[in-house]
Formats: sequence, C-alpha cells, structure tokens
Amino acid sequence: MAALMHAGRATYAFFERNWNLTKRYLAWEVVWVIFNIVNSLSVTFIGLSAKQFAPQMVNHLILTFLIGSSVWTYLSVTFEGVTDMITIERWEGTIEHTFMAPISRFTHLVGSCWYAVAHGLLFTAVQLLVVCAFFSLDLSHANYLSAIFIMLLGSISFIGMGIGASILPLLFTERGTQMSFIVRAVLLLVSGVYYPIDVLPVWMQYMAYVSPATYVIQGLKEALINGASIWSPVMWANTWPLIIAGIVTIPVGIYIFGIAERYAKRTGKLKRNG
Amino acid sequence: MAVHEVPVYTGLVKDIKLDTTKDAVVIENVSKVFKKSRPFWEWFRADKKRDERTIWAVDHVSLNVKRGEIVGILGANGSGKSTLIRMLSTLLIPDEGHISIFGYDVIKDERMVQRLINRVSVEASFFKRLSPMENLLYAARLYNMSGAEARANIKAILARLGIKPDRIHAPLENMSRGMQQKVAIARAFLTSPVVLLLDEPTTGLDPRSKLDVQKFVYELREQHDATILITTHDMDEADALCDRVAIIDQGKIMALGTTAELKQHVARLMNREKPVSMNEVFMHYTASHLITEEDIARYGSWEKAFEALEAQREEEDEE
Repeated sequence: MAALMHAGRATYAFFERNWNLTKRYLAWEVVWVIFNIVNSLSVTFIGLSAKQFAPQMVNHLILTFLIGSSVWTYLSVTFEGVTDMITIERWEGTIEHTFMAPISRFTHLVGSCWYAVAHGLLFTAVQLLVVCAFFSLDLSHANYLSAIFIMLLGSISFIGMGIGASILPLLFTERGTQMSFIVRAVLLLVSGVYYPIDVLPVWMQYMAYVSPATYVIQGLKEALINGASIWSPVMWANTWPLIIAGIVTIPVGIYIFGIAERYAKRTGKLKRNG
Repeated sequence: MAVHEVPVYTGLVKDIKLDTTKDAVVIENVSKVFKKSRPFWEWFRADKKRDERTIWAVDHVSLNVKRGEIVGILGANGSGKSTLIRMLSTLLIPDEGHISIFGYDVIKDERMVQRLINRVSVEASFFKRLSPMENLLYAARLYNMSGAEARANIKAILARLGIKPDRIHAPLENMSRGMQQKVAIARAFLTSPVVLLLDEPTTGLDPRSKLDVQKFVYELREQHDATILITTHDMDEADALCDRVAIIDQGKIMALGTTAELKQHVARLMNREKPVSMNEVFMHYTASHLITEEDIARYGSWEKAFEALEAQREEEDEE
C-alpha cells in the first residue's frame, strides 16, 4: 500500500511538473497550436479543391485529411511529450536528479507519459475545433465516443513506442531528439495517414499491418465518417490489434529503455559532458 | 539570520532497518574507466592508440565512512571526485569493485540506496522557468512526500537558508547563481537523507552563505545523524567541516586522515615546527610526483624537491 502511494505521488509529480512547465511556456504553446492548425488547414483544403472534379467526394476527402492531420498532430505532441522527458531534463541538467530518485523506471516513464497523452488530446481537440470551423462538414453520422475510444486505446501503444524512441536522446546527447522525429514520420508514412494503405508498395503494406497508427487512423475514419459504434465488427477489427500492440509495446519500450539506461550509466552518458 | 527549526522527513527511511554496526559508506577497490569515442573511420584501424583513449577517472579507490561522519574529498579539477560521487549516487556503474551504503549495494539494491541518499551537484540543476516551490515540490513528491507536508517543509528550509518568502514563487532563472545553489542544497536537505553527498556545494556562494550552508550541514548531522561526503576546493571549508579528508589525484586516493594528522605529517616532511596549512597539504599530495622523505634527503628540502620534480615533469611533457 505504501509503495502504491509512493508510486502515485511520483506519477503525479511528473504530471504536475509538466503542467507547470506548459503554463510557463504558454506563448510557445500558442505558437505551436497555430502552426499545427495552419499545417492541418493547408492539407485539408486539398479536399475542398476536389469539388471541381468530384463534388460527391468532398466531405469524405476533407474528413480523411482532417483525420490524418489530427493523428499526425496527436502523435507529434504525444511523442514529443515522451521524448521530452529526456530532452528537457538533459537541457536543464535535472536528468541526474530524476534518475537517482527512489522510483521505478515504470513509474518514471508512465508518469511522464500520461501528461503527454492528456496534452496531446487537448491540443488535437483545439486543432480539430478550429479547422472544422473552416468547412461545412457533414458530421451527422459521426460517433464521437468511438473516436475518443480508439484514440485512447491507440495512445497506449504510442506511449510504448515513444518510450522506445526516447532512448535516442538518452544515448545521442546532441541530436537524439531529431533522430526520434524519423520514428514518428515513418510510422505515419506506412500507416496511410492521408491515403489507403493499399496504394503503398507491398513491403510498406507489411509495415502498415504492424503499425498501431494504421488502426487508429482506420478506426477514426470508421467512427467519424461512417459512425461505427465501439462494439461494431468494423471497430473490433481495429480494436484488437491495438490491444495487442498496447500489451506488447509498453513492456518492450520499458525493457529497451532499461538496457539503454544501463549503457548510459556504464559510459557516463546520463550527463552531457560525461 | 532568523532561527528556523529544520524539519526532518523520515517517510522514506522509517521502514528500513539500518545495521548501525556497519560503516555507512563502504567503497572497496572501485575503478571507473571512460573510453573516448573514436570516429567511425577509425573503427577498423589497427588499435595503436587504444590506451590513449582510455581515462582512469577513478583508480582502485577504497574508503570507509562511519555513520555520522563528515568526510571531505579534496582534489584538483578532473581528479575523479565527481565520478566517485556519481557512483555513490547510482548514476554511474563502477567497472571494478563494490560500493555499499549501510550494507546495501549500489547496483543490486539500487532503489534501496536511492531511499537513503541525496546529492547536491556543483551545478544548480533545475527547471529554470519554474519557481523554487515548483521545483522542490516535484522533488519532494518523488521522495514520497505529500503536497501539504512538502510545502510546509520547503518554506521552512528555504527560510533557514535565507531565501525570502517573495522569491519562493518566482522563476529560478531570475535568481543569482548563489541563490540557485542554496535552493539546490534545500532540495537535498528536504528529504533528510541518511547519507548526503555534496559535490562542491558551496562553489559560487559568498562567505556568509558558505557559513550558512556549513552550519546547516552540521545541523543535519546532529538532528538526523546523517553521514556526509563532501567534495570541495575550499581548503578552509574542509578544515572547518570535515572529521576526515581524503585527497584524490588522478583517480587515486593519495592521503586519508584528519586534517590535523595530514598537516602534521606534511609539516614533518617540510621540516617545520608548526603545522602547515591545508593548502600546503593539498599541494604536497597533488604534486606531479609525490615527494617522499628520500626526495627531501636527496634535494635538501621539500621546496627544493618540489621545484626539481616539477621541472623534471615539465621537461618530460615537452618531450
């Protein structure tokens, strides 16, 4: 019981710390939201331009691009939140204090990640609301509950993959964060972010099948465009791969992180100048 | 400075049974080697320069510290002091030897050791945009302190260290380096560690602040029976604060004892009647060539031996 209480307090410590940091960097948050809204709009307007040659497809295309850009934003914000647990701490010099705190790495990593998920969801919701205001979208069939459900379920595997990617800033002190960008970019490329995966080369389609982002994107399309309910077979087809991915990626991510941490402690890489 | 009661937090250690018959810190034959990374085009080349790329940061060091003792580790920059403190802090894994805190091994019992220790590093490492309260609250929660208890203790400790109440909620980036270092010291004291590792804690502090910190270190020892390891370049501080000092040079412990013992020993070598200063003790043990009684007999005095051996080292370096 005491151990659980300690883990709970430590988990909250990371949430509170990140919330305080977000408040102190509010101007940056505003700039980042605007940047993502502009990005999303520049992609979504491509859908609107389709009314010249396929007017019946406009709503579908806009929603497809909107979902793609939203998932891109969500994954970016969440991934950044997860990898930031190393990057910011290294930048500020607090990494050694966090790593010598008497908490398990599971508590440390999951504690840092749940703020990333909450931050990512809020960020994406703001972006969606603003971008939707630019278009007359038909969302009469949308099932928002299913959409939130699939995002939350997908978040579990995104956290696992983010933890795995956060070893890059841990091991590569100079450019590790930039190296982690490639992970999410490849993930989205093979997951059919703005297109069906069957347009991809066959070898990339195999990668799509093991990418959790594929099922999040497909699930969101089913929920928002076709109004699929959580218990429908079409949603289940996207739910079970995400459950398996969640079960696999978090322990694997923490295990990989543990190996990297041990390597960093052997070679003196926890501290930037060794 | 107003007198404030220093709160003692026992939340993390109350369930741990400490074997008081054991030394608080045991360092047995510990070594740490760093290897400089090689450019990738040299990976497959014959390894002629391998030894040049290996640095023995800590070289077969052994040291025991008794419970409640304050031990100073003195050494020049790059002598291995901070590496030793990092190994004690579970932040570096030794390549050889064993380190234990009250019998708990720093590798095998990492989490248990972390409950017993805390550390102040030479850099005041904080989230600079956050306030002292926000930074310390984060640290306190990691050490299982409730929010209410943490807030009360943070205010008391910061007041004890002379931080004014109106600075507690302002960003740390607006504080001087000395003030930031005081907050760093408060962070370590907040969790009332059984073993406190202070890595040049008073570097950058004004003389009054140094004295405040020294008093606080004593109080922590008296009230909490804490064991303290402190690295410093300040010989007066070592003299005033430490029960014993270890002088470390190029990763090796060159001398260990009370400051009085070391002063007497070096005074005898220098053929002086009165004890020498700690600065002279430091110069003696960190000279490029440790001056022995044979050297003194050969060159006539400690000073002449020092000059001759330094000149010899310079010649060797030029070659």
